[in-house]
Amino acid sequence: MTPPPREPEERIEHPDLVVVPDGPLLVRGAASIQDAEGRVHEVVRPVVALCRCDKSSRLPWCDGTHKVIPR
Amino acid sequence: MMCPKPRGVLSEWVFDLLRELPERDAWRPGAAPTADGQEDAAIALWALHELSYGGFEDVDDRAEWEPAVLAVRRDLEDELESRLRERWAAYPSRTTPSPEEVPAALEALVAEDDGPSLADLVRRTADRDQVLELLRQRSVYHLKESDPATWVVPRLPVRAKAALMELQYDEYGDGDPNRLHSHMFARGLTAVGLRPEYGAYVDDALLETLEMNNAVSLLGLHRRLRGAAMGHLAAFEMTSSLPSRKMVQGLERLELGGAMAAYYDEHVEADAIHEQLALRDICGTLAEDEPDQSEDILFGAFTALDQECRFATRMLEVWDVAS
Repeated sequence: MTPPPREPEERIEHPDLVVVPDGPLLVRGAASIQDAEGRVHEVVRPVVALCRCDKSSRLPWCDGTHKVIPR
Repeated sequence: MMCPKPRGVLSEWVFDLLRELPERDAWRPGAAPTADGQEDAAIALWALHELSYGGFEDVDDRAEWEPAVLAVRRDLEDELESRLRERWAAYPSRTTPSPEEVPAALEALVAEDDGPSLADLVRRTADRDQVLELLRQRSVYHLKESDPATWVVPRLPVRAKAALMELQYDEYGDGDPNRLHSHMFARGLTAVGLRPEYGAYVDDALLETLEMNNAVSLLGLHRRLRGAAMGHLAAFEMTSSLPSRKMVQGLERLELGGAMAAYYDEHVEADAIHEQLALRDICGTLAEDEPDQSEDILFGAFTALDQECRFATRMLEVWDVAS
């Protein structure tokens, strides 16, 4: 059965930068990102995930490697 | 695409019916014969679902909503769904999380997954023929990649709907047809010498391949199963980045790089993002907004992992590799 409709919320939180616990930094709406070596990477997606564990094979992007690093 | 080859009396009956519509006076409930086995039932259901994707050159487009066709489809779907739910019910680590526990429960489910990794074998030891066989099997889904999840969009509450669109926009190439994932896979097939057209290898599809496709179509086509569809999506995305990187390494080792490697390379980066969106912004908010979907989200995720495990186990048999 269909759930009863919810009251529309005034403003739903939708941050541009999201720190994922034990994961990457999500960045919304960026046009370009400069990495630690000074190289500038064009952004073609609405959201990108920046590596925070420094173990990614394709810095500055997250490649999921953080999941196999023992915490 | 033409109707696939039948694999028994039921699929033969179904394909004959489809090809004869709309001339044939079709409405004879209960007329369908009993399937000769799982492959017969699976290819019949695969074709019935296909009517809602691209259809067949030899079948009238109106067959999709023909009552006689829907009656057979419902029986096959009920049988598939009850089998999938039985497997979930029998899973030893099965949990029934509260809505706020859903993301953590999904992460735990994925972490416990210990099915064989085909990507590992592709990276290290698989030969060229084995990899091409894997790509033929994968093509049945990858050529319509993301489409089943798109059906769920209008059925979601506000936050999950916006998040699913954010994810799907990227799956569909961010507005650039060259980056549309299913199209990238088609170009990859051509580059490795395989046929790129939609449905080209359905007649070669293993039972496990058909079942994976039937399950994701079942979840996508039914509003009732929206939670399971989103759980399936989350588990799929959460198990994609690292294996995709191994696929790239294996394809390059076998000198099958180029466009096919580019397809998997795209998934390393994209799915590292998508898994976060699917986990929290889609499944997490859906569970909060519609708490009764919580268990089905887990059921859908389990189904994705379980079906990949069964497919991988079967591929190892085909490859003659001990797991």
